[in-house]
Amino acid sequence: MRLLPPSSKVGISGRGLVVTLPYLWLVLFFVVPFVIVLKISFSDVDLAIPPYKPLLEWVGQNSLAIKLNFNNYAFLFTDPLYVHAFLNSVKVAFISTVLCLLIGYPVAYGIARATPTARNLLLLLVILPFWTSLLLRVYAWIGLLKANGVINNVLLALGAIHEPLNMLYTPFAMYVGIVYSYLPFLILPLYANLEKMDWQLLEAAEDLGCRPWQAFYKITLPLSRNGILAGSMLVFIPAVGEFVIPALLGGPNALMIGRVLWDEFFSNRAWPVASAVAILLLILLVPFMMWYQSVQARESASAR
Amino acid sequence: MNYRRSFFITTCLAFGFAFLYIPILSMVVFSFNASKLVTVWDAANSPTLKWYYSLLHNEEILDAAWISLKVAVINASGAVILGTLAGFGLARFEQFRGRFTLNAMTTAPLVMPEVITGLSMLLLFVAMEQWIGWPAGRGITTMTIGHMTFSMAYVTVVVQSRMATFDIALEEAAMDLGARPVKVFFLITLPIIFPAVLSGWLLAFTLSWDDLVISSFTSGPGASTLPMVVFSKVRLGVSPEINVLATLTIAVVTVMIVGVSLWMTRAGKLAAAAAAAAVAAAAAE
Repeated sequence: MRLLPPSSKVGISGRGLVVTLPYLWLVLFFVVPFVIVLKISFSDVDLAIPPYKPLLEWVGQNSLAIKLNFNNYAFLFTDPLYVHAFLNSVKVAFISTVLCLLIGYPVAYGIARATPTARNLLLLLVILPFWTSLLLRVYAWIGLLKANGVINNVLLALGAIHEPLNMLYTPFAMYVGIVYSYLPFLILPLYANLEKMDWQLLEAAEDLGCRPWQAFYKITLPLSRNGILAGSMLVFIPAVGEFVIPALLGGPNALMIGRVLWDEFFSNRAWPVASAVAILLLILLVPFMMWYQSVQARESASAR
Repeated sequence: MNYRRSFFITTCLAFGFAFLYIPILSMVVFSFNASKLVTVWDAANSPTLKWYYSLLHNEEILDAAWISLKVAVINASGAVILGTLAGFGLARFEQFRGRFTLNAMTTAPLVMPEVITGLSMLLLFVAMEQWIGWPAGRGITTMTIGHMTFSMAYVTVVVQSRMATFDIALEEAAMDLGARPVKVFFLITLPIIFPAVLSGWLLAFTLSWDDLVISSFTSGPGASTLPMVVFSKVRLGVSPEINVLATLTIAVVTVMIVGVSLWMTRAGKLAAAAAAAAVAAAAAE
């Protein structure tokens, strides 16, 4: 019998040492940077290296002046380009998440209900693309979707179409790319959740006269709620700020906020504007991140 | 099981896996295509290995691959140490000051859009250079720090979920027999969670090897990684050499994943393929 909680076996000092290193690392390289982004989002653009003006300035002999410049934010709200990019990113991420769910749920369900041998093989097949470069997998779609690409060639050969469909550099291509790239992120947590399901509940429901679809709707779906939420967050949150996929598949008109931030930074060298975009994007996404974390906490509590 | 429903599920599985694998297979097939048009099959001269030959003689790609390899190895090794400590701490110590913050800081990088992480890292490095003169300029060091910060979060999750199923009695027995906590960790805990630590290393390596966005922000002139070179090539259109690169990547990843799974199954560490479970858990946690 255990008289003491496990943690008490390790002294305070030992405990402190173990977590201090990763803790300090993350504070320095993950939290502090956000403070700097916030700071720079309030500064002026300058033709210097680095291209922004300091917030603090010595005025006269002994007075230090803080100059907070809200123009970057005002600019983002007045220029329709940025507002549009923000709204469009949320829309694209949301639709992609729903599409991922529609494709991923049956797959996760099918894997969870397969025999143990088949299950491991199928799981391996889901994980394999996840380990292969995202960039290369997005690149594959260029070859499939372009005017003389694989899909058009096959359709032309079959006589289904008479001239190539224009698919690459359209919103369609961007959705395909996002759904394709993020699908494993949805399938894996959903599978982990469904795998723990007690399938006897379904049998019981069916024995009591429930139709399979009804049993699914009334039992499986509510019980997998945490898996659905966790998987959806893993797709939605990064997809809002996605850069690579719109840049490669979306064409010049695919206005996504991650791409706007990239262009402001690399093409325009407008570091303060890019910082303001990052801060607004963060404000938009932090509630979802906190939601994700609380879903995770619930999920791991139920696993114990 | 109801037959009609299993037919539906089977169809969905087939469709889902076709969707996942057709693009990958198309790259493999067209890597042997002789035509420069990439997707138009040149039946007269294909299959050919000529693009393999030209990739392996492409200095730009080879240099970039060498830089990527260095960054990925250092990153994975550092991330595994930090992530194992964090994962072990979070799983083992139920209460300590800063637990909530540590938990949040190791969850956030998993979902944080890379453009935000990349930009904030770069601004930190620029500010640090102004204040303390280090890091002087940007390149391999800054990229590695950037990669370690987000990949250690993945390692943490993998290790933490392995620790959740760890039988604490083993540690307690060793301590009752007089072993110091550090010795217990290295003799008992680490060997048992080793599959998770190895998965974490491989995951951190892969994340770094594939990363484009954070590298682009935190890198300096003369330090282009493989994804950066690939991205600039791909922006100009398809290139047969990239298909070759993709095929080689897929081959290495497949061998690695299957090898690790077999090794873990055989080693009896876990009944199921532990790499698979660890990654599934990583995404789930």
